[in-house]
Amino acid sequence: MEDCFIEVKGLWKTFHNKKESVPVLKGIDLEVKKGEIYGIVGFSGAGKSTLVRCINRLEEPDAGMVRIGDKIVTSLNKKELDLQRSKIGMIFQQFNLFDSMTVYENIAYPLRVKKWKKEDIHRRIDELLDLVGLADKKDAYPGQLSGGQKQRVGIARALANEPDVLLSDEATSALDPQTTVSVLDLIKEINQKLGLTIILITHELEVIRYTCSRVAVMENGELLEKGSVREIFENPQCETAKNFISVYNKLRSSGWDG
Amino acid sequence: MSLYKYPFWEVLMHSFSKEVWEQVIPALGETMYMVVISSVFVLLFGVILGLVVVLTGKEGLFPCAPLHAVLGAIINCFRSLPQVIIIIVMLPVARLLLGQSYGSNACIISLIASCVPMFARLVESSLLEIGKGKIEAAKAMGSSNARILFQIMLPETLPSLIRSFTNAIVIVISMTALAGSFGAGGIGYIAVTFGYTRYQHDLLFATIIVLILIVQLVQLCGDAFSKMILKKRHLI
Ligand SMILES: Nc1ncnc2c1ncn2[C@@H]1O[C@H](COP(=O)(O)OP(=O)(O)O)[C@@H](O)[C@H]1O
Ligand SMILES: [Mg+2]
Repeated sequence: MEDCFIEVKGLWKTFHNKKESVPVLKGIDLEVKKGEIYGIVGFSGAGKSTLVRCINRLEEPDAGMVRIGDKIVTSLNKKELDLQRSKIGMIFQQFNLFDSMTVYENIAYPLRVKKWKKEDIHRRIDELLDLVGLADKKDAYPGQLSGGQKQRVGIARALANEPDVLLSDEATSALDPQTTVSVLDLIKEINQKLGLTIILITHELEVIRYTCSRVAVMENGELLEKGSVREIFENPQCETAKNFISVYNKLRSSGWDG
Repeated sequence: MSLYKYPFWEVLMHSFSKEVWEQVIPALGETMYMVVISSVFVLLFGVILGLVVVLTGKEGLFPCAPLHAVLGAIINCFRSLPQVIIIIVMLPVARLLLGQSYGSNACIISLIASCVPMFARLVESSLLEIGKGKIEAAKAMGSSNARILFQIMLPETLPSLIRSFTNAIVIVISMTALAGSFGAGGIGYIAVTFGYTRYQHDLLFATIIVLILIVQLVQLCGDAFSKMILKKRHLI
């Protein structure tokens, strides 16, 4: 695919514990176009987090290749990797904000890592806080924020270094439905405004439907099915996808609406 | 005044008398000297040792299984010995280092040998309280390990580290009293020589009162300091 911005090819990862070796990724192939929001859906334990963590090499894959733009991520050395990582934002289910720092300092952290000048950090943080709608929380500590506000800070921090890619690992799974929608709206907004390429991982199909253009269904370390969100909803092929969709429809018809 | 001759209340009242405190206060000075110097060394070496253990661990920033295992084993060796035995074992070491195996400075060597491994374990468990996710978030931002250590791990776990250090000081105090009976002087020496050998129970009571007060004070300060930080961060 010529316009594919993130490419994953033949990715394998096995975890070894004392008793056994568990293959968690079994030859994953994935292509994500520039500027799209690509969803990966699967039940808990499918290997979604491991996959996304292999993309910025928080986890080292055993085999396979990851490319972002013209950089082969899997063959970067430590220094090049740190450089590349600052161009990949990541947000998490548990937000992972630093409790010892204010909102300002949290967002400043990645900028200080990249040795930004003080005035530039100042200006950049004002921009980011406006973007995520938290201009009045600059000096608050994460302990004073609601879950949704924490995730907004997480997003601002992930965007600080003007990355081209955002990895979202169950970023809304700890939030209530209203807050989930508002955070997803923010993710869509930054995708539009900044042209960011986003990989969004979730176990909730409604999140995919609301946010993504294309989706892959993951089960047991494999991507069983890939396609546009519409295709998968209208004509699911694999059992996992059918299962997901029937649960989704049951919830919808019983009046629950994410 | 002995409890064998005088009623309890009289002995207790007498433990507040001037002549008793004329002996206790200089001893308190010696004890404080040993406690403060030892605590400084325990803090320094304990934090370094605890950090190295955590950093070289399997999930640490600089995994190094052999070093991790060796340090763990050494710490466990020291921790499996009762404090009295550590004091006895360290006497020749003190002679080697200081030229004498009695007195406050020799005692400080034993205190360090016994409390550094203990505090290192406390530091280790405090540092391990930090969520793995926070360190990963920092790594995902391209942060160097040194920055993660000094700007994330230590500040994030500071309240817990302070509580651990408070516990360590309390143990240092009680060990100082113990070491007193091995010629280190101070409160422990008074308690053993006068309270035990010469039945001067008013002196014994005074040492008990002093020890309780110091420990309470240390605990109070440590708790307050740790709480203050948690409050500032709105975590309580
Ligand atoms: N560091 C690890 N060591 C051993 N096993 C792991 C590790 N990380 C994940 N696993 C295992 O890999 C499987 C997939 O985990 P994960 O990628 O977190 O799935 P998901 O995010 O889809 O829930 C799980 O069975 C999990 O227990
Ligand atoms: Mg996961």
